[in-house]
Amino acid sequence: MLEFLKPPVEAIQDFYSLAGLALRNVFRAPHYTDDIALQMDIIGVGSLPIIVLTGFFSGVVITMQMSRALAQYGATGQVGQIVAITLVRELGPVLTALLVAGRNASGIASELGSMKVTEQIDAMRALGTDPIQKLVTPRMLATCVMLPMLTIIADFVGIFGGYVIAYFTLNLTSSQYWTNAYQALEYNDIVQGLLKPFVFAFVISLVGCFYGLRTSGGTQGVGRATTQAVVVASVWVFVITALLTRIFVNLT
Amino acid sequence: MPSPEPAVSAGTLLRMDRVTVRFDQLVALEDISFAMSAGETRVVLGAAGSGKTTLLKTALGLIRPDAGRVFLFGRDITDLEERAMYEIRSQVGVLFQEGGLFDSITVAENVAYPLVNGKERVITTAKIDQRVEDALRFVELEHTLEKYPSELSGGMRRRVGIARAVVTQPPLVLYDSPTAGLDPITANTIMALIAKERDLQNTATLIVTQRYQDGQLMANFRYNRNSGHLEPISRNGDVRDHGSNLRPTTFMVMKEGRVVFEGSEAELEASTDRYIGKFVPKRA
Repeated sequence: MLEFLKPPVEAIQDFYSLAGLALRNVFRAPHYTDDIALQMDIIGVGSLPIIVLTGFFSGVVITMQMSRALAQYGATGQVGQIVAITLVRELGPVLTALLVAGRNASGIASELGSMKVTEQIDAMRALGTDPIQKLVTPRMLATCVMLPMLTIIADFVGIFGGYVIAYFTLNLTSSQYWTNAYQALEYNDIVQGLLKPFVFAFVISLVGCFYGLRTSGGTQGVGRATTQAVVVASVWVFVITALLTRIFVNLT
Repeated sequence: MPSPEPAVSAGTLLRMDRVTVRFDQLVALEDISFAMSAGETRVVLGAAGSGKTTLLKTALGLIRPDAGRVFLFGRDITDLEERAMYEIRSQVGVLFQEGGLFDSITVAENVAYPLVNGKERVITTAKIDQRVEDALRFVELEHTLEKYPSELSGGMRRRVGIARAVVTQPPLVLYDSPTAGLDPITANTIMALIAKERDLQNTATLIVTQRYQDGQLMANFRYNRNSGHLEPISRNGDVRDHGSNLRPTTFMVMKEGRVVFEGSEAELEASTDRYIGKFVPKRA
Protein backbone atom coordinates (compact mmCIF):
# COMPACT_ATOMS: atom_id res chain seq x y z
CA MET A 1 0.00 0.00 0.00
CA LEU A 2 2.79 2.39 0.91
CA GLU A 3 4.85 1.18 -2.03
CA PHE A 4 4.93 4.69 -3.55
CA LEU A 5 6.86 5.95 -0.50
CA LYS A 6 9.72 3.55 -1.06
CA PRO A 7 11.77 5.47 -3.67
CA PRO A 8 11.81 8.81 -1.80
CA VAL A 9 12.60 7.14 1.52
CA GLU A 10 15.40 5.18 -0.11
CA ALA A 11 16.72 8.34 -1.73
CA ILE A 12 16.81 10.12 1.62
CA GLN A 13 18.58 7.17 3.19
CA ASP A 14 21.14 7.09 0.37
CA PHE A 15 21.67 10.82 0.72
CA TYR A 16 22.37 10.57 4.43
CA SER A 17 24.76 7.68 3.99
CA LEU A 18 26.61 9.64 1.28
CA ALA A 19 26.76 12.67 3.58
CA GLY A 20 28.00 10.50 6.43
CA LEU A 21 30.73 8.88 4.36
CA ALA A 22 31.81 12.23 2.91
CA LEU A 23 32.09 13.71 6.40
CA ARG A 24 33.93 10.70 7.78
CA ASN A 25 36.46 10.89 4.96
CA VAL A 26 37.42 14.39 6.09
CA PHE A 27 39.24 12.76 9.00
CA ARG A 28 40.61 9.79 7.09
CA ALA A 29 43.66 9.37 4.89
CA PRO A 30 44.32 9.71 1.99
CA HIS A 31 43.59 13.42 1.64
CA TYR A 32 43.43 14.69 -1.91
CA THR A 33 44.63 18.25 -1.30
CA ASP A 34 45.20 18.87 -5.02
CA ASP A 35 41.58 18.11 -5.73
CA ILE A 36 40.42 20.37 -2.89
CA ALA A 37 42.52 23.25 -4.25
CA LEU A 38 41.24 22.65 -7.78
CA GLN A 39 37.62 22.63 -6.61
CA MET A 40 38.18 25.79 -4.54
CA ASP A 41 39.40 27.46 -7.69
CA ILE A 42 36.43 26.27 -9.76
CA ILE A 43 33.77 26.95 -7.13
CA GLY A 44 35.22 30.00 -5.40
CA VAL A 45 37.27 31.96 -7.90
CA GLY A 46 35.08 30.84 -10.79
CA SER A 47 31.91 32.15 -9.13
CA LEU A 48 33.45 35.47 -8.13
CA PRO A 49 32.43 37.60 -11.16
CA ILE A 50 28.78 36.57 -11.08
CA ILE A 51 28.63 36.94 -7.29
CA VAL A 52 30.07 40.45 -7.45
CA LEU A 53 27.64 41.47 -10.20
CA THR A 54 24.50 40.13 -8.56
CA GLY A 55 25.60 41.32 -5.12
CA PHE A 56 26.14 44.84 -6.41
CA PHE A 57 22.82 45.05 -8.19
CA SER A 58 20.82 43.54 -5.36
CA GLY A 59 22.20 46.31 -3.12
CA VAL A 60 21.29 48.87 -5.76
CA VAL A 61 17.76 47.55 -6.08
CA ILE A 62 17.10 47.28 -2.35
CA THR A 63 18.22 50.89 -1.87
CA MET A 64 16.03 52.15 -4.68
CA GLN A 65 12.95 50.26 -3.49
CA MET A 66 13.41 51.02 0.19
CA SER A 67 14.14 54.72 -0.30
CA ARG A 68 10.65 55.15 -1.67
CA ALA A 69 9.04 53.55 1.35
CA LEU A 70 11.35 55.38 3.75
CA ALA A 71 10.66 58.73 2.08
CA GLN A 72 7.07 58.55 3.37
CA TYR A 73 8.41 58.82 6.92
CA GLY A 74 11.18 61.18 5.97
CA ALA A 75 13.67 58.54 6.94
CA THR A 76 15.71 58.07 3.76
CA GLY A 77 18.78 58.57 5.90
CA GLN A 78 18.19 55.16 7.45
CA VAL A 79 18.51 53.31 4.16
CA GLY A 80 22.00 52.01 4.99
CA GLN A 81 20.58 50.15 7.95
CA ILE A 82 17.98 48.35 5.85
CA VAL A 83 20.43 47.43 3.12
CA ALA A 84 22.97 46.11 5.61
CA ILE A 85 20.50 44.02 7.58
CA THR A 86 18.65 42.47 4.64
CA LEU A 87 21.86 41.69 2.81
CA VAL A 88 23.86 40.31 5.70
CA ARG A 89 21.05 38.35 7.29
CA GLU A 90 19.22 37.01 4.30
CA LEU A 91 19.79 38.11 0.74
CA GLY A 92 23.57 37.83 0.68
CA PRO A 93 23.66 34.20 1.84
CA VAL A 94 20.59 33.11 -0.14
CA LEU A 95 21.45 34.82 -3.42
CA THR A 96 25.02 33.57 -3.28
CA ALA A 97 23.86 30.06 -2.45
CA LEU A 98 21.33 30.09 -5.30
CA LEU A 99 23.94 31.24 -7.78
CA VAL A 100 26.45 28.68 -6.60
CA ALA A 101 23.73 26.03 -6.70
CA GLY A 102 22.93 26.97 -10.29
CA ARG A 103 26.55 27.12 -11.26
CA ASN A 104 28.23 24.40 -9.22
CA ALA A 105 25.58 21.92 -8.12
CA SER A 106 24.82 21.52 -11.83
CA GLY A 107 28.51 21.39 -12.71
CA ILE A 108 29.22 18.77 -10.07
CA ALA A 109 26.18 16.68 -11.02
CA SER A 110 26.99 16.71 -14.72
CA GLU A 111 30.69 15.97 -14.19
CA LEU A 112 30.09 13.08 -11.80
CA GLY A 113 27.13 11.94 -13.90
CA SER A 114 29.22 11.68 -17.06
CA MET A 115 31.90 9.86 -15.10
CA LYS A 116 29.25 7.46 -13.88
CA VAL A 117 27.80 6.66 -17.30
CA THR A 118 31.24 6.22 -18.90
CA GLU A 119 32.25 3.78 -16.12
CA GLN A 120 34.93 6.10 -14.76
CA ILE A 121 33.49 5.78 -11.27
CA ASP A 122 33.67 1.99 -11.56
CA ALA A 123 37.20 2.27 -12.93
CA MET A 124 38.13 4.41 -9.96
CA ARG A 125 36.83 1.81 -7.53
CA ALA A 126 38.48 -0.98 -9.50
CA LEU A 127 41.80 0.86 -9.32
CA GLY A 128 41.61 1.15 -5.56
CA THR A 129 40.32 4.69 -5.01
CA ASP A 130 37.23 5.55 -3.02
CA PRO A 131 35.13 7.80 -5.30
CA ILE A 132 33.60 9.49 -2.26
CA GLN A 133 37.04 10.30 -0.90
CA LYS A 134 38.39 11.42 -4.25
CA LEU A 135 35.34 13.22 -5.68
CA VAL A 136 32.73 14.05 -3.03
CA THR A 137 34.79 15.09 -0.01
CA PRO A 138 37.00 17.61 -1.90
CA ARG A 139 33.93 19.23 -3.46
CA MET A 140 32.18 19.40 -0.11
CA LEU A 141 35.19 20.91 1.67
CA ALA A 142 35.87 23.39 -1.12
CA THR A 143 32.26 24.59 -1.11
CA CYS A 144 32.21 24.87 2.70
CA VAL A 145 35.27 27.12 2.63
CA MET A 146 34.37 29.15 -0.44
CA LEU A 147 30.66 29.81 0.01
CA PRO A 148 30.99 31.83 3.25
CA MET A 149 33.81 33.81 1.63
CA LEU A 150 31.72 34.50 -1.46
CA THR A 151 28.87 35.54 0.81
CA ILE A 152 31.08 38.05 2.62
CA ILE A 153 32.11 39.51 -0.72
CA ALA A 154 28.49 39.62 -1.94
CA ASP A 155 27.42 41.34 1.29
CA PHE A 156 30.10 43.98 1.02
CA VAL A 157 29.60 44.63 -2.69
CA GLY A 158 25.84 44.83 -2.10
CA ILE A 159 26.22 47.41 0.66
CA PHE A 160 28.57 49.30 -1.64
CA GLY A 161 25.93 49.16 -4.40
CA GLY A 162 23.46 50.64 -1.96
CA TYR A 163 25.98 53.36 -1.17
CA VAL A 164 26.32 54.31 -4.84
CA ILE A 165 22.56 54.88 -5.08
CA ALA A 166 22.36 56.57 -1.69
CA TYR A 167 25.19 58.95 -2.55
CA PHE A 168 24.22 59.83 -6.10
CA THR A 169 20.43 59.76 -6.15
CA LEU A 170 19.39 60.11 -2.49
CA ASN A 171 22.10 62.68 -1.77
CA LEU A 172 23.21 61.10 1.50
CA THR A 173 26.76 61.72 2.70
CA SER A 174 29.23 58.88 2.78
CA SER A 175 29.57 58.90 6.54
CA GLN A 176 25.81 59.04 7.02
CA TYR A 177 25.31 55.90 4.93
CA TRP A 178 28.26 53.86 6.18
CA THR A 179 27.85 54.71 9.86
CA ASN A 180 24.18 53.85 9.65
CA ALA A 181 24.89 50.57 7.88
CA TYR A 182 27.73 49.62 10.21
CA GLN A 183 25.90 50.40 13.42
CA ALA A 184 22.83 48.44 12.37
CA LEU A 185 24.68 45.16 12.36
CA GLU A 186 24.78 43.12 15.53
CA TYR A 187 26.76 40.09 16.48
CA ASN A 188 23.69 37.93 15.84
CA ASP A 189 23.38 39.19 12.26
CA ILE A 190 26.97 38.34 11.46
CA VAL A 191 26.72 34.88 13.00
CA GLN A 192 23.62 33.90 11.06
CA GLY A 193 24.97 35.54 7.93
CA LEU A 194 28.01 33.29 8.11
CA LEU A 195 26.35 30.17 9.48
CA LYS A 196 23.79 30.04 6.70
CA PRO A 197 26.26 29.83 3.80
CA PHE A 198 28.17 27.17 5.70
CA VAL A 199 25.05 25.00 5.96
CA PHE A 200 24.04 25.77 2.37
CA ALA A 201 27.49 24.66 1.23
CA PHE A 202 26.91 21.15 2.56
CA VAL A 203 23.52 20.93 0.90
CA ILE A 204 24.63 22.31 -2.47
CA SER A 205 27.75 20.18 -2.81
CA LEU A 206 26.24 16.98 -1.46
CA VAL A 207 23.05 17.29 -3.53
CA GLY A 208 25.18 17.84 -6.63
CA CYS A 209 27.34 14.82 -5.85
CA PHE A 210 24.35 12.70 -4.86
CA TYR A 211 22.49 13.20 -8.13
CA GLY A 212 25.71 12.88 -10.12
CA LEU A 213 26.59 9.53 -8.57
CA ARG A 214 23.03 8.26 -9.00
CA THR A 215 22.99 8.98 -12.72
CA SER A 216 21.84 6.18 -14.96
CA GLY A 217 20.65 5.96 -18.53
CA GLY A 218 23.39 7.49 -20.65
CA THR A 219 23.74 11.13 -21.65
CA GLN A 220 20.02 11.75 -21.20
CA GLY A 221 20.42 10.67 -17.58
CA VAL A 222 23.21 13.22 -17.12
CA GLY A 223 20.88 16.01 -18.20
CA ARG A 224 18.18 14.78 -15.85
CA ALA A 225 20.61 14.51 -12.93
CA THR A 226 21.85 18.04 -13.55
CA THR A 227 18.36 19.53 -13.55
CA GLN A 228 17.32 17.63 -10.46
CA ALA A 229 20.45 18.69 -8.60
CA VAL A 230 19.83 22.41 -9.25
CA VAL A 231 16.13 22.25 -8.42
CA VAL A 232 16.56 20.22 -5.24
CA ALA A 233 19.54 22.27 -4.03
CA SER A 234 17.70 25.56 -4.62
CA VAL A 235 14.56 24.41 -2.84
CA TRP A 236 16.57 23.22 0.16
CA VAL A 237 18.37 26.56 0.35
CA PHE A 238 15.00 28.27 0.89
CA VAL A 239 13.74 25.68 3.36
CA ILE A 240 16.93 25.86 5.42
CA THR A 241 17.09 29.62 5.43
CA ALA A 242 13.51 29.72 6.72
CA LEU A 243 14.38 27.27 9.52
CA LEU A 244 17.59 29.06 10.49
CA THR A 245 15.96 32.48 10.37
CA ARG A 246 13.24 31.21 12.71
CA ILE A 247 15.88 30.08 15.19
CA PHE A 248 17.87 33.30 15.02
CA VAL A 249 14.88 35.62 15.18
CA ASN A 250 14.01 33.97 18.50
CA LEU A 251 17.56 34.47 19.75
CA THR A 252 17.44 38.25 19.59
CA MET B 1 22.05 -27.07 -17.07
CA PRO B 2 23.16 -28.18 -13.61
CA SER B 3 26.24 -26.36 -12.42
CA PRO B 4 28.89 -28.66 -11.03
CA GLU B 5 30.61 -27.63 -7.80
CA PRO B 6 33.79 -25.87 -8.91
CA ALA B 7 36.94 -27.44 -7.63
CA VAL B 8 38.94 -25.35 -5.19
CA SER B 9 42.65 -25.49 -5.60
CA ALA B 10 45.53 -23.38 -4.42
CA GLY B 11 45.87 -21.81 -7.86
CA THR B 12 42.25 -20.67 -8.06
CA LEU B 13 42.25 -16.92 -8.69
CA LEU B 14 38.57 -16.27 -9.14
CA ARG B 15 35.67 -18.39 -8.10
CA MET B 16 31.95 -17.78 -8.16
CA ASP B 17 29.67 -20.04 -6.22
CA ARG B 18 25.96 -19.95 -7.16
CA VAL B 19 25.96 -16.19 -7.63
CA THR B 20 22.70 -14.37 -8.26
CA VAL B 21 22.42 -10.63 -8.88
CA ARG B 22 19.16 -8.73 -9.17
CA PHE B 23 18.47 -5.13 -10.10
CA ASP B 24 15.06 -4.46 -8.57
CA GLN B 25 12.86 -7.01 -10.35
CA LEU B 26 15.33 -7.82 -13.13
CA VAL B 27 17.51 -10.86 -12.67
CA ALA B 28 20.92 -9.94 -14.11
CA LEU B 29 22.82 -13.08 -13.06
CA GLU B 30 21.26 -16.33 -12.00
CA ASP B 31 23.03 -19.14 -10.22
CA ILE B 32 26.46 -18.63 -11.78
CA SER B 33 29.27 -20.93 -10.69
CA PHE B 34 32.72 -21.21 -12.17
CA ALA B 35 36.36 -21.14 -11.15
CA MET B 36 39.42 -19.72 -12.86
CA SER B 37 42.92 -20.85 -12.08
CA ALA B 38 46.26 -19.14 -12.69
CA GLY B 39 47.21 -18.76 -16.34
CA GLU B 40 43.80 -19.81 -17.58
CA THR B 41 42.00 -18.16 -20.48
CA ARG B 42 38.24 -17.94 -20.33
CA VAL B 43 35.99 -16.39 -22.95
CA VAL B 44 32.43 -15.45 -22.05
CA LEU B 45 30.13 -15.07 -25.04
CA GLY B 46 26.66 -13.61 -24.88
CA ALA B 47 24.24 -11.20 -26.50
CA ALA B 48 23.84 -7.63 -25.25
CA GLY B 49 21.99 -7.63 -21.93
CA SER B 50 22.87 -11.24 -21.13
CA GLY B 51 24.71 -10.19 -17.98
CA LYS B 52 28.31 -10.28 -19.22
CA THR B 53 29.32 -6.90 -17.82
CA THR B 54 27.48 -7.61 -14.57
CA LEU B 55 29.42 -10.87 -14.28
CA LEU B 56 32.68 -8.99 -14.61
CA LYS B 57 31.73 -6.28 -12.13
CA THR B 58 30.52 -8.87 -9.65
CA ALA B 59 33.84 -10.69 -9.97
CA LEU B 60 35.58 -7.45 -8.96
CA GLY B 61 33.22 -6.75 -6.09
CA LEU B 62 31.87 -3.61 -7.77
CA ILE B 63 28.42 -5.17 -7.61
CA ARG B 64 27.44 -7.21 -4.58
CA PRO B 65 25.60 -10.45 -5.24
CA ASP B 66 22.15 -11.00 -3.77
CA ALA B 67 22.95 -14.67 -3.25
CA GLY B 68 26.03 -16.86 -3.56
CA ARG B 69 29.68 -16.14 -2.84
CA VAL B 70 32.56 -14.62 -4.79
CA PHE B 71 36.16 -15.52 -4.06
CA LEU B 72 39.12 -13.52 -5.38
CA PHE B 73 42.59 -14.95 -4.75
CA GLY B 74 41.05 -17.35 -2.26
CA ARG B 75 39.44 -14.60 -0.19
CA ASP B 76 35.71 -14.35 0.18
CA ILE B 77 34.90 -10.84 -1.01
CA THR B 78 31.12 -11.19 -0.91
CA ASP B 79 30.62 -9.22 2.30
CA LEU B 80 33.98 -7.53 2.44
CA GLU B 81 34.07 -3.85 3.32
CA GLU B 82 34.81 -1.59 0.34
CA ARG B 83 38.09 -0.33 1.83
CA ALA B 84 39.38 -3.83 2.44
CA MET B 85 38.51 -4.70 -1.15
CA TYR B 86 40.93 -2.14 -2.64
CA GLU B 87 43.95 -4.23 -1.78
CA ILE B 88 42.53 -7.33 -3.44
CA ARG B 89 41.32 -5.38 -6.46
CA SER B 90 44.77 -3.92 -6.99
CA GLN B 91 45.90 -7.41 -8.02
CA VAL B 92 43.34 -7.50 -10.81
CA GLY B 93 43.67 -5.57 -14.04
CA VAL B 94 40.48 -4.49 -15.72
CA LEU B 95 39.58 -2.96 -19.06
CA PHE B 96 36.14 -1.35 -19.13
CA GLN B 97 33.91 -1.36 -22.16
CA GLU B 98 34.83 2.07 -23.51
CA GLY B 99 38.21 2.03 -21.80
CA GLY B 100 36.90 3.81 -18.68
CA LEU B 101 39.73 6.36 -18.90
CA PHE B 102 39.55 9.49 -16.75
CA ASP B 103 39.09 12.32 -19.22
CA SER B 104 40.28 15.05 -16.89
CA ILE B 105 43.87 13.75 -16.82
CA THR B 106 46.44 12.87 -19.48
CA VAL B 107 47.14 9.43 -20.90
CA ALA B 108 50.33 9.15 -18.85
CA GLU B 109 48.49 10.09 -15.65
CA ASN B 110 45.77 7.59 -16.49
CA VAL B 111 48.25 4.77 -16.86
CA ALA B 112 50.10 5.89 -13.73
CA TYR B 113 46.86 5.99 -11.74
CA PRO B 114 47.00 2.41 -10.38
CA LEU B 115 50.64 2.94 -9.39
CA VAL B 116 50.04 6.27 -7.69
CA ASN B 117 46.70 5.54 -6.04
CA GLY B 118 46.64 1.78 -5.67
CA LYS B 119 47.70 -0.15 -2.63
CA GLU B 120 50.80 -1.42 -4.33
CA ARG B 121 52.67 1.87 -4.37
CA VAL B 122 55.79 2.35 -6.40
CA ILE B 123 57.87 4.78 -4.44
CA THR B 124 59.85 6.95 -6.80
CA THR B 125 58.46 9.11 -9.58
CA ALA B 126 61.21 7.91 -11.89
CA LYS B 127 60.11 4.32 -11.38
CA ILE B 128 56.49 5.23 -12.08
CA ASP B 129 57.45 7.09 -15.25
CA GLN B 130 59.48 4.12 -16.39
CA ARG B 131 56.64 1.67 -15.86
CA VAL B 132 54.11 3.96 -17.51
CA GLU B 133 56.36 4.24 -20.52
CA ASP B 134 56.87 0.48 -20.63
CA ALA B 135 53.13 -0.14 -20.45
CA LEU B 136 52.42 2.37 -23.20
CA ARG B 137 55.21 0.96 -25.35
CA PHE B 138 53.58 -2.44 -24.91
CA VAL B 139 50.42 -1.13 -26.57
CA GLU B 140 52.53 0.90 -29.04
CA LEU B 141 51.25 4.26 -27.85
CA GLU B 142 54.39 5.68 -26.20
CA HIS B 143 54.01 8.89 -28.25
CA THR B 144 50.67 9.83 -26.66
CA LEU B 145 51.93 10.42 -23.10
CA GLU B 146 50.83 14.05 -22.86
CA LYS B 147 47.58 13.70 -24.78
CA TYR B 148 44.12 13.66 -23.23
CA PRO B 149 41.82 10.66 -23.75
CA SER B 150 39.36 12.81 -25.72
CA GLU B 151 42.06 13.37 -28.37
CA LEU B 152 42.41 9.65 -29.04
CA SER B 153 40.41 7.38 -31.31
CA GLY B 154 38.21 4.60 -29.89
CA GLY B 155 40.80 1.92 -30.58
CA MET B 156 43.61 3.98 -29.06
CA ARG B 157 41.54 4.63 -25.94
CA ARG B 158 41.00 0.89 -25.63
CA ARG B 159 44.76 0.35 -25.94
CA VAL B 160 45.49 2.93 -23.24
CA GLY B 161 42.91 1.09 -21.14
CA ILE B 162 44.86 -2.11 -21.62
CA ALA B 163 48.09 -0.35 -20.67
CA ARG B 164 46.44 0.89 -17.48
CA ALA B 165 45.07 -2.58 -16.73
CA VAL B 166 48.44 -4.30 -17.05
CA VAL B 167 50.78 -1.64 -15.67
CA THR B 168 50.81 -3.30 -12.23
CA GLN B 169 51.45 -6.69 -13.88
CA PRO B 170 48.44 -8.32 -12.24
CA PRO B 171 48.07 -12.12 -12.32
CA LEU B 172 44.44 -11.76 -13.46
CA VAL B 173 43.08 -9.38 -16.09
CA LEU B 174 39.40 -8.90 -16.95
CA TYR B 175 38.39 -7.45 -20.31
CA ASP B 176 34.87 -6.11 -20.86
CA SER B 177 33.95 -6.28 -24.56
CA PRO B 178 37.40 -5.17 -25.73
CA THR B 179 36.36 -5.13 -29.39
CA ALA B 180 32.84 -3.71 -29.15
CA GLY B 181 32.22 -0.96 -31.67
CA LEU B 182 35.59 -1.29 -33.38
CA ASP B 183 36.35 -2.05 -37.01
CA PRO B 184 37.69 -5.58 -37.69
CA ILE B 185 41.30 -4.46 -38.15
CA THR B 186 41.42 -2.45 -34.92
CA ALA B 187 39.58 -5.25 -33.15
CA ASN B 188 42.29 -7.67 -34.25
CA THR B 189 45.01 -5.34 -33.00
CA ILE B 190 43.33 -5.20 -29.61
CA MET B 191 42.93 -8.98 -29.41
CA ALA B 192 46.55 -9.46 -30.44
CA LEU B 193 47.60 -7.21 -27.56
CA ILE B 194 45.48 -9.20 -25.13
CA ALA B 195 47.02 -12.47 -26.34
CA LYS B 196 50.48 -10.92 -26.12
CA GLU B 197 49.91 -9.82 -22.53
CA ARG B 198 48.63 -13.28 -21.67
CA ASP B 199 51.57 -15.09 -23.19
CA LEU B 200 54.34 -12.76 -22.05
CA GLN B 201 53.17 -12.39 -18.44
CA ASN B 202 51.25 -15.65 -18.19
CA THR B 203 48.22 -13.78 -16.89
CA ALA B 204 44.89 -15.43 -16.32
CA THR B 205 42.53 -13.76 -18.76
CA LEU B 206 38.77 -13.40 -18.61
CA ILE B 207 37.27 -11.89 -21.74
CA VAL B 208 33.65 -10.97 -22.10
CA THR B 209 32.64 -10.44 -25.72
CA GLN B 210 29.96 -10.69 -28.38
CA ARG B 211 32.37 -11.77 -31.12
CA TYR B 212 33.24 -15.42 -31.42
CA GLN B 213 36.35 -14.49 -33.44
CA ASP B 214 37.84 -12.93 -30.30
CA GLY B 215 37.57 -16.26 -28.52
CA GLN B 216 38.90 -18.14 -31.51
CA LEU B 217 41.95 -15.93 -31.61
CA MET B 218 42.62 -16.46 -27.92
CA ALA B 219 42.21 -20.21 -28.26
CA ASN B 220 44.19 -20.78 -31.42
CA PHE B 221 46.94 -18.20 -31.49
CA ARG B 222 49.93 -17.63 -29.36
CA TYR B 223 52.42 -14.80 -29.12
CA ASN B 224 55.91 -15.81 -30.12
CA ARG B 225 58.40 -13.65 -28.29
CA ASN B 226 61.17 -14.42 -30.74
CA SER B 227 59.37 -13.29 -33.87
CA GLY B 228 57.16 -10.74 -32.08
CA HIS B 229 54.07 -12.01 -33.86
CA LEU B 230 51.04 -14.14 -33.15
CA GLU B 231 51.35 -17.67 -34.46
CA PRO B 232 48.66 -20.28 -34.89
CA ILE B 233 48.71 -23.31 -32.63
CA SER B 234 48.32 -26.49 -34.63
CA ARG B 235 45.00 -28.24 -34.23
CA ASN B 236 46.26 -31.39 -32.53
CA GLY B 237 47.30 -29.29 -29.56
CA ASP B 238 51.09 -29.33 -29.79
CA VAL B 239 52.52 -25.90 -29.66
CA ARG B 240 55.07 -24.77 -32.16
CA ASP B 241 56.41 -22.30 -29.70
CA HIS B 242 58.41 -23.65 -26.81
CA GLY B 243 55.92 -22.29 -24.28
CA SER B 244 54.84 -25.20 -22.16
CA ASN B 245 52.43 -23.31 -19.93
CA LEU B 246 49.76 -22.97 -22.61
CA ARG B 247 46.41 -24.17 -21.41
CA PRO B 248 43.27 -24.72 -23.44
CA THR B 249 40.82 -21.87 -23.58
CA THR B 250 37.48 -22.38 -21.85
CA PHE B 251 34.33 -20.96 -23.38
CA MET B 252 31.20 -19.90 -21.55
CA VAL B 253 27.97 -18.81 -23.19
CA MET B 254 25.51 -16.64 -21.30
CA LYS B 255 21.85 -16.12 -22.00
CA GLU B 256 19.58 -13.92 -19.91
CA GLY B 257 21.82 -14.10 -16.86
CA ARG B 258 22.42 -17.84 -16.95
CA VAL B 259 25.37 -19.87 -18.17
CA VAL B 260 24.00 -22.10 -20.92
CA PHE B 261 27.31 -23.59 -21.99
CA GLU B 262 30.74 -24.19 -20.50
CA GLY B 263 33.43 -26.16 -22.28
CA SER B 264 36.15 -26.23 -24.89
CA GLU B 265 36.14 -24.74 -28.36
CA ALA B 266 35.49 -28.12 -30.00
CA GLU B 267 32.52 -28.79 -27.73
CA LEU B 268 31.19 -25.32 -28.43
CA GLU B 269 31.39 -25.82 -32.18
CA ALA B 270 29.74 -29.21 -31.89
CA SER B 271 26.80 -27.76 -29.95
CA THR B 272 23.45 -27.88 -31.67
CA ASP B 273 21.82 -25.28 -29.46
CA ARG B 274 20.21 -22.58 -31.59
CA TYR B 275 21.27 -19.69 -29.33
CA ILE B 276 24.88 -20.88 -29.34
CA GLY B 277 24.68 -21.36 -33.09
CA LYS B 278 24.08 -17.62 -33.48
CA PHE B 279 27.55 -16.91 -32.11
CA VAL B 280 29.47 -19.82 -33.54
CA PRO B 281 29.67 -20.16 -37.29
CA LYS B 282 29.72 -23.83 -38.27
CA ARG B 283 33.14 -24.93 -39.44
CA ALA B 284 33.06 -25.70 -43.12
